[in-house]
Amino acid sequence: MMYQIKDLQLSLPDMTRKPLLGAAPRIEILRGLTFDVPQGAVLGIVGGSGSGKSTLGRAMLRLLEPTGGSITFNGQDITHLAEDDLRPMRAQMQMIFQDPMSSLNPRRRVGGIIAGPLHVQGHEGIGAKVLEALDMVGLPRSFANRYPHELSGGQRQRVGIARAIALRPEFILADEIVSGLDVSSQAQVLNLLQELVRELGLTLAFISHDMSVIRRLCDRTLVLYRGEIVEQGPTAALFANPQAAYTRDLLDAIPLPDPDQVWA
Amino acid sequence: MRDARGDIKRPLGLRLWLSGGWLLLLALAALLAPWIAPQDPLAQDLFTSRLPPFWESGAEPGFWLGSDSLGRDVLSRIIHGARLALIVALVAGTLTCIIGTALGLIAGYYRGWPDRIISRFVDIWMAFPPVLFAILLIAVLGTGLTSIIIAIVVIDWTRFARVIRAEAMTQGAMDYVASAQVAGRKRMGTMLAEILPNVLPTVVALLTLEMGIAVIVEAILSFVNLSISTDSPTWGGMISEGRTSVHQAWWVLVFPLITLFFTVLSFSQLGEGLKDRFDPVLR
Amino acid sequence: MSAYLQIRNLCVTLKGGIPILRRVSLDVAAGQVHGLVGESGAGKSMIGKAVLGTLPRALQVTRGEIWLDGVDLLSLPARERQRRIGATAALIPQDPLTALNPVRRVGPQITRRLVDILGWSRSDAEARALHLLEEVQIPDPARVMRSYPHELSGGMRQRILIAAAFSAEPKLIIADEPTTALDVTVQKQILRLIADMQARHGTALLFVTHDLGVVSKVCDTLSVLYAGKVIEDARMRRFFTRPIHPYSRALLAATPSYEDPEGALTPVPQSVIEQVEREVQDHDRRAAP
Repeated sequence: MMYQIKDLQLSLPDMTRKPLLGAAPRIEILRGLTFDVPQGAVLGIVGGSGSGKSTLGRAMLRLLEPTGGSITFNGQDITHLAEDDLRPMRAQMQMIFQDPMSSLNPRRRVGGIIAGPLHVQGHEGIGAKVLEALDMVGLPRSFANRYPHELSGGQRQRVGIARAIALRPEFILADEIVSGLDVSSQAQVLNLLQELVRELGLTLAFISHDMSVIRRLCDRTLVLYRGEIVEQGPTAALFANPQAAYTRDLLDAIPLPDPDQVWA
Repeated sequence: MRDARGDIKRPLGLRLWLSGGWLLLLALAALLAPWIAPQDPLAQDLFTSRLPPFWESGAEPGFWLGSDSLGRDVLSRIIHGARLALIVALVAGTLTCIIGTALGLIAGYYRGWPDRIISRFVDIWMAFPPVLFAILLIAVLGTGLTSIIIAIVVIDWTRFARVIRAEAMTQGAMDYVASAQVAGRKRMGTMLAEILPNVLPTVVALLTLEMGIAVIVEAILSFVNLSISTDSPTWGGMISEGRTSVHQAWWVLVFPLITLFFTVLSFSQLGEGLKDRFDPVLR
Repeated sequence: MSAYLQIRNLCVTLKGGIPILRRVSLDVAAGQVHGLVGESGAGKSMIGKAVLGTLPRALQVTRGEIWLDGVDLLSLPARERQRRIGATAALIPQDPLTALNPVRRVGPQITRRLVDILGWSRSDAEARALHLLEEVQIPDPARVMRSYPHELSGGMRQRILIAAAFSAEPKLIIADEPTTALDVTVQKQILRLIADMQARHGTALLFVTHDLGVVSKVCDTLSVLYAGKVIEDARMRRFFTRPIHPYSRALLAATPSYEDPEGALTPVPQSVIEQVEREVQDHDRRAAP
């Protein structure tokens, strides 16, 4: 198992309701999630806004510390590991972010952005690895000298993917990576991701609000609602025969590009 | 899809050239003062007292901008005064910038207790009236160039700390910072390699603004006779002396005032111009 | 029946001459919903903004006509034009959070148009607002009138904006990506609400969206835009069954659908992009004097 997650809980202080004296009340964002991510799986995590799906992703990468339960990555309990102890494991778990405009440092060139994690993790032959990563995501090598704002949305998201795969991690978390893209570049990025998962033998967790995208990409799916898992299982089965009422609502609400769809 | 925004051409920075040109001229004048000043700035001669500038009747060659009541050449004094003004601007401005930026970055990026301590200090500092604070400091430290520089740094670091803290907080919430953490970069490394380059344009704009302020503070202190010893010419000192005889010899007041005005304006415009021109995001 | 909104050869350029809209023509009849579809940067929002007279300062209309209810808006003096637009057209904006003033209660924000533009009395306007909030299915409308925007959910805020848009019985409503910021389950309710309200009030609706799925649920006719040029005009059903332009076909092929998971997701091919780019250039060449 790549990830074993047991009864994961996370709460944050609600500063808007903090009394004048004393601690702020806590908002429960994740309320006891239990699931596994097997080696080589593509897991879809779907839910609406406020479902806690992004928080779950950030907890899995330990950008946030859980307040309860446990996260085991590759057999090691990382639930409360300190940043110094996590650092060597970071090469194995990477992330692609939702908004490439905010996740790519605007004052660095693309080459420097992709090289960043390689430098930090003490790799050698970085120049060649950067070019190889650009090749793999289908960007021209000359893009290494460009700034993020000179690229289109789809190209920026490819840079985000290149940065994540340059380290050759075992696990990648993709957080809503196509939601800001036009359909044409969305299709390109999805196809690219599918290819890379196959070629590199990646384990992927794919967070999205878009059921159609999840259906295409993922072999297992987990449906989140208000910080709880309402349903999980193989994607095909979950779409064909949704058990939870919320899953059915989600599926029914998708506007298909089809004038004959009956929208009950 | 093509994006028409890429086709917009930004106008070449006219203000960058004007302000940079003026400051360059001033720097040259300061460096070469002993050779280019037409007169000795300290030479007193009652026969040449209160000569008008060159275009008025009664002017004498060699005293282009006239002379003061002790017969000292105004132009030469302005040129020599530039030395002190620029030294104060560069040294005090840079020191203020380094200290304020460092504290602002730490407070804004690390948050927690470093932020609480630094922010508390900033709040307390801002409650003091700055000019009074400066006069008080000089009274304790004694007059002299070093005291002026120390006074400016001690008073004005909060300007940087406050602005840079806010900026670092905004940048710290961006995903490229999370991405550096995912890569395993250390906190200090993230602050210096990822956040600092993004606040640098603001730092540069603040730095040049601060240099202008340093020139003004020095002039104010000279004006109230708390600057360098009275025999080395300073713009503030000249303005203070010129004030007493403005009805008989307006030029003694007006020319140093104009110089001061253009210098401070140039500093602030230089900052804005540099920001526009050298920011890869805006360019 | 002549269309309520008729746009003819509308050209908008960035100051400096860069074209944003290239001779756009379209009709929206009363009681009809016309969709404007395109990718980001295609200029679809700019058409709505041009009609409402809210183009950003850097943009200007260089030629064309916008006929609203038989009057060419662009031939009117600015003040008269804005008065006419205010009395006959309204906007449902994209982001329900920024469209409402956070420091004012909801009620006055709905009644403002009625009181300020149409000169209604305050009590009449409030009664009308209450009625409208009921119509957009907001529970306990009297309480909602007294709330501040941040106390309400995104779906509720969008309902309020819909109520506000319909408050002065406009003949034309422009909806600019009204559900993009919402969850799918809420989107469904809001789309249905907009369609119901539009049908009940017989309003002409110009619906701007990037989502072909949404178009197929609400529109009667649509225009596909690329680089500010109308690539294809179609009735809705014909568009989805027999799209004519290769770019339209490519857009449809690139849209994922969960009903057809194994079907290849084809990105818009480079040859199609080149073809539309060529058409745009040809158009510019012809338009040049």
